[in-house]
Amino acid sequence: MALSRNISVSEASRPKLPRHAKLKFDETRQVWVILAPERVLAPDEIAVEVLQLCDGVRSVSDMIDQLTAKYAAPREAIATDVIAMLQDLADKGFLTEAREKTS
Amino acid sequence: MSDILTDGKALTDGKAATAPHDGLAVLEQRRSTAETFGIPLAVLAELTHRCPLQCPYCSNPLELDRGGTELTTEEWKKVLTELAEIGVLQIHFSGGEPTARKDLVELVQHASDVGLYSNLITSAVLLTREKLSALADAGLCHVQISFQGNEPMVADRVAGLKKAHEKKLDVAKWTRELDLPLTVNAVMHRQNLHQLSDIIQMAVDLDADRLEVANVQYYGWALKNRAALMPTVAQIEETSRIVEEAEVRLKGILAIDYVVPDYYALRPKKCMGGWGRQFFNISPAGKILPCHAAESITGLEFLSVRSNHSIAWIWQNSEAFNRYRGTGWMPEPCQSCEFKEIDFGGCRCQAFALTGDAGNTDPACTLSPMHEQIFKQAEQEAAAHQDRFLYRNFAGGTLETEGEHGA
Repeated sequence: MALSRNISVSEASRPKLPRHAKLKFDETRQVWVILAPERVLAPDEIAVEVLQLCDGVRSVSDMIDQLTAKYAAPREAIATDVIAMLQDLADKGFLTEAREKTS
Repeated sequence: MSDILTDGKALTDGKAATAPHDGLAVLEQRRSTAETFGIPLAVLAELTHRCPLQCPYCSNPLELDRGGTELTTEEWKKVLTELAEIGVLQIHFSGGEPTARKDLVELVQHASDVGLYSNLITSAVLLTREKLSALADAGLCHVQISFQGNEPMVADRVAGLKKAHEKKLDVAKWTRELDLPLTVNAVMHRQNLHQLSDIIQMAVDLDADRLEVANVQYYGWALKNRAALMPTVAQIEETSRIVEEAEVRLKGILAIDYVVPDYYALRPKKCMGGWGRQFFNISPAGKILPCHAAESITGLEFLSVRSNHSIAWIWQNSEAFNRYRGTGWMPEPCQSCEFKEIDFGGCRCQAFALTGDAGNTDPACTLSPMHEQIFKQAEQEAAAHQDRFLYRNFAGGTLETEGEHGA
């Protein structure tokens, strides 16, 4: 069964990059890129920081806590921004959810 | 092959990442003007010209590289390593039929080892589930399968191979079962455009991520078959309507890239993003080419990875790449045209094929003095319904026989 491409991001989600989207630092151009089929994207610094936390283990809630502590900003504001950004990435096919164990 | 390979869209908008920009533009801004022609983000590796299909619109040159001239496994590995070192990010394994190379898994693994994102552009007919699984394990990132129609009657006839369509459907299913993203590439022409709606539905049913609706580009084999392939104006209008409707209806389900046939366009396509600007490919024998049809232009010398020059040197300094780079080489009407940095004068191979001089304005452009004549000729060819194919092969082509249909 293929991974769902249309995920809905919530604080409980544990998103990760699907195998066809690779986050990589491009040494030649000194910039972070997402490699995807027929495309190369240049995510900004905040997107890169959040994407690096998307390991399929960490929940969105944990990520928000971590970013809230780091930037000493109101949790609510960070949560809104992070979820909106992750949902947007998911809608574009650059995020998927870790598979639930079903046995 | 469409020319969208490096047409990246970037996520650059602060927090929400909602505004898509051109990824290439974003990356190019970081370079000084002295480095205008930076190394491309993606490179097409044509591993072989061998192919079990005989499609009459094949993008390979009429003079195919024989198996014996192909780069060896070690030579390709060295090329992949060098590409990664100079800043190439993605490698498209193509052909001919790349799976005809026995060392494909080894090459994909090497691409993964050196950090290249790998894409397989295949006809799929030689693949087994085991082979596809081995490719996935070697780190293959994306699979693109060509389809010639939505059912075997048309599809197998165009491919010139029996049971080809059935096999493609199997491989497409395995691709998704292995969690590999799938692009369906549908090459469209007069004799299959009536199937477009069904092809779009087929791509949805196959759980493809992307569909390329690529109208035939008329060089090489396709130019020889132009009378049998050229769509009518009415077909093109219907095609655009179907694609536009499907794009809206399937948003979030299937992304559709649409390549318009440039004979019926007002402006020429920005071929390869401009000659020597953001793309090169490597032929089976190791020549570095500005596009896969470039060898059709006689009088240009293309250097090989077997020469004593580096790939970066060939890209930056070779005569063939610099001949039509930028806008300085352009004659009128291009030179004073306000679109010259938008389409870079169109396609050099098409200009050569249709006017005899690769330095002329691409006749696909309405501003070309040749446009009217060529457009009329194409329209007449489309109306004449001469449907017989000349199949692509190493023997210089074989005419379809009555009732045989090559398949």
